[in-house]
Amino acid sequence: MWTFVHKLGSPKWCHALCARLQPGFWIAAGLLLAVGAVWSLAFSPPDYQMGDSYRIIYVHVPAAILAQSVFVGMALASAVFLIWKIKVADMAATVMAPFGAAMTFLGLFTGSLWGVPTWGTWWTWDARLTAMLIQLFLYIGVIALRGAYGRDDQGAKAVAVLTLVGVVNIPIIKYSVVWWNTLHQPATFTLTERPAMPASMWVPLLIMVLGFYSFFIALTLYRLRNEIMRRESRTRWVQALAD
Amino acid sequence: MNVVLDAHELACERDDRWLFDSLELHLRDGDIVRIEGANGSGKTSLLKLLTGQLVPDAGRIEWHGQPLARAREAFRRSLLFIGHEPGVAAALTAQENLAWSAAMAGVGVSAAAIDDALAGVGLTGFEDVAANQLSAGQRRRIALARLDLVPRPLWILDEPFTAIDRHGVAWLEQRVLSHGEQGGAVIMTTHHTFQANDRVDSLILGATA
Amino acid sequence: MSSREMPVATPTRLGWAHVCLAQLRRELALARRRGGDWLNPLLFLALVVVLFPLGISPQPARLADVAPGLLWVAALLAMLLSLDALFRTDHADGTLEQMLLAPQPLPLLCLTKVVVHWLLTGVPLALCAPWLGVLLSLPAGAAPVLIGSLLLGSATLSLIGAIGAALTVGLPRGGILLSLLILPLYIPVLIFGAGAVQTALAGGSAAPAMALLGAMLALAVAGAPFAIAGALRISVNG
Repeated sequence: MWTFVHKLGSPKWCHALCARLQPGFWIAAGLLLAVGAVWSLAFSPPDYQMGDSYRIIYVHVPAAILAQSVFVGMALASAVFLIWKIKVADMAATVMAPFGAAMTFLGLFTGSLWGVPTWGTWWTWDARLTAMLIQLFLYIGVIALRGAYGRDDQGAKAVAVLTLVGVVNIPIIKYSVVWWNTLHQPATFTLTERPAMPASMWVPLLIMVLGFYSFFIALTLYRLRNEIMRRESRTRWVQALAD
Repeated sequence: MNVVLDAHELACERDDRWLFDSLELHLRDGDIVRIEGANGSGKTSLLKLLTGQLVPDAGRIEWHGQPLARAREAFRRSLLFIGHEPGVAAALTAQENLAWSAAMAGVGVSAAAIDDALAGVGLTGFEDVAANQLSAGQRRRIALARLDLVPRPLWILDEPFTAIDRHGVAWLEQRVLSHGEQGGAVIMTTHHTFQANDRVDSLILGATA
Repeated sequence: MSSREMPVATPTRLGWAHVCLAQLRRELALARRRGGDWLNPLLFLALVVVLFPLGISPQPARLADVAPGLLWVAALLAMLLSLDALFRTDHADGTLEQMLLAPQPLPLLCLTKVVVHWLLTGVPLALCAPWLGVLLSLPAGAAPVLIGSLLLGSATLSLIGAIGAALTVGLPRGGILLSLLILPLYIPVLIFGAGAVQTALAGGSAAPAMALLGAMLALAVAGAPFAIAGALRISVNG
């Protein structure tokens, strides 16, 4: 186990590992997303209340789940980087941040799109959407801090501290927003408190979630390889690879 | 022995660039070491490693045979550090600055002791003057007054000769040498050449690369 | 100048409490030298409060409705504005480096600095807010809850804000970035702080919201000093 962790810290070994794992995740992502999309759009039954407009949850829910998972992933990578000084962990956190921000934005966008047929408005201060909006700002903060420092070790550590502070705060923010929401307007309709979904609805949803995860992992491995190449460009093994 | 500071196989990397590696340094009572090197050769980084502010990328630093991280409090109670920016607040008086510095070092001093230390660096009559009304050299001297005020065996000084006049330089040179004679040890980065140069060892960074 | 022997008097060793006291004395002396700087957040609060009736409407009913949230948002922004300077001069003149090398635990020294920041911004803001509430037709009965929630909440804001200030102190222009990093983290405090006043106005009990503000403060006191210390180490040493 320890030798594995130690090896993972070596950029060269990690670069090779990414290359080996990548195709599997691309294939899984392609298959799952294709099956999930066809099933959810064409074969799952329409909702008894909302008709076909509910189908947006097949994008909204996976995006929202990813938005949270990616931040937790960044926090884990940051902790590994701060504790064991493994630079690959910081590179992983670097490449995850824009994807997490994109997923949060996608979640917000589909959420507000879904609001048009359900609430008749583009935006409503629903607890989940509000928490997601705040989370988007957290992502932007992390990305902006790294940008302000440029690509150096000091900035990497500062970003890691901010990510950890952020991840501690996310549950507090969530809880406070829910409290605020019930104080002002009792939630009338949320995606999570729906009557039990039939299997024909939640199985494709599960497939879509798994597809999103596979896509995230594949893309992260791909971008991590590039990041390793860029940061290690002065080393002999990268130059040998380039020749 | 007051000072037993050893660095073995020390290496430092900043922003994917190796500043130095396999550096050996063994410091004992009475040693005076001058660190030389071009700009960007890692002088300040080496001082940060030796004061335990940075963790070495390879090698180890030991204080009395213990890793620096474990002996941190004992080490810091033996260390007097004056950095590139000397830690003198412009808005405070010389007296207030030194009272704070001594307290930070964990040392209780009387107002009379502070006045004595200020007299030692030629700042009699400036005790109650805010540092921002003093010259850069005088401000530097407030920091140097710590050398008398806070008795510590190990001095680590980053460019201590900057901004002070000829008298000050002679005084500081003397003060460093006498600290060595009294059993203290000094590490400093400087381009200054001592009068009694045979008492000072040199460590040149960037020469092996 | 003369060459001197090592001082003969053996100095006494100070405990943590003394060291914190010395730090406290230094910060207060610095604040005294800066003169009226501590008034700036208060003036900012007053100005922002004046802007709202001009921007919305002078009708007492409408103003009273939004007064708790308004006062809280304005106080929060006033705190934020004062944060950028928290470590800036200490970083520039090498004071932070000396703190980092002190034998005492750095989180304790950081906590002392934050306490002074809170005393000089949070407390005056909390005490002034009810007076400005009068301008917004806030019922006088809400004053105790407003003061209490601002006292508790602003302490948390100081602690969280100091983390951001420590992270950006090494950057040439940290101001805007600091707001971007810190404001999302301020939201829970804002929600419970303004919520406490609103429930009190609606005739409910402010106790649950106040208890949550207290819980957040306890969490911040326990965690933030370590994050501040870690962030300062990174900013000073890289």
